[in-house]
Amino acid sequence: MPLFNARVQVSLRPSVLDPAGEATRAAAARLGVEGVQRLRIGKAIELDLEAPDRATAQARLELLSDRLLANPVIEDWSLDLAEAG
Amino acid sequence: MTVGIVVFPGSNCDRDVAWALEGCLGIPVRFLWHEERDLSGLEAVVLPGGFSYGDYLRCGAIARFAPVLEEVRSFAERGGPVLGICNGFQVLTEMGLLPGALTRNRDLHFLCQSSPLEVQPGACRWLGAYGAGERISLPIAHGEGRYQVEPEQLERLEDQGCVVLRYVANPNGSRGDVAGLSNPPGNVLGLMPHPERACDPVTGGLDGRRLLESLLG
Repeated sequence: MPLFNARVQVSLRPSVLDPAGEATRAAAARLGVEGVQRLRIGKAIELDLEAPDRATAQARLELLSDRLLANPVIEDWSLDLAEAG
Repeated sequence: MTVGIVVFPGSNCDRDVAWALEGCLGIPVRFLWHEERDLSGLEAVVLPGGFSYGDYLRCGAIARFAPVLEEVRSFAERGGPVLGICNGFQVLTEMGLLPGALTRNRDLHFLCQSSPLEVQPGACRWLGAYGAGERISLPIAHGEGRYQVEPEQLERLEDQGCVVLRYVANPNGSRGDVAGLSNPPGNVLGLMPHPERACDPVTGGLDGRRLLESLLG
């Protein structure tokens, strides 16, 4: 069965305050790095998934992202999917 | 009358709830391990505070899939009284039994303090012993208690009388000062403050006692 590599990027929705991101942005200024206008912290989840075909892999990952990896109330997610080669 | 207390790996207020119910109020309790499915003979269920499954991924995100919660969901849907305290409130939102989500406190600090609250009991069966607009004080202890919901939905919740507990001095940035939320029928209550830690004058006042006493009818 084909193996797929996937990467799910989870980010806080724009309307949700990200205090950890703000604190990190303040630290960037203390490091002396100027000009950081926006810093938002999300998470990246890497998966290897076996599935009969790409469409099935895509469907499984969408379900997983929407129902477990991200909470759609506060988070958006995006998915990169490639067949392992 | 027996009350079930759900125990996840990482729960740490389960025994405090048992002490408050059994020790202070004489209400028998039964601990429900997260893999159990038998809720027979229980008249209410409490999801206690703590760090279920280490709060991995998001607070309450893994707990949501615990077998016991499938039964708790049907119990709640049948009108059974369900109380989610702190991590239990986070679990209730992840399960979708209450709307919204709880996120990192505005100032990033773990807050462990007494918190003045205003009660608007509405139809909430857990809060029937409190007056509308009554001010009480309960302990809070959380790092992720900032209630988050879209403004239109918050308005709907206000209209339905679901915002039953509000912070008087918002400590964590919660939208609408929300400290506790009821479902519209009033049998499910989720709150960040810890009523079980305010049932004994020795350890933090008595303001939480009437909430748990509501079980005695």
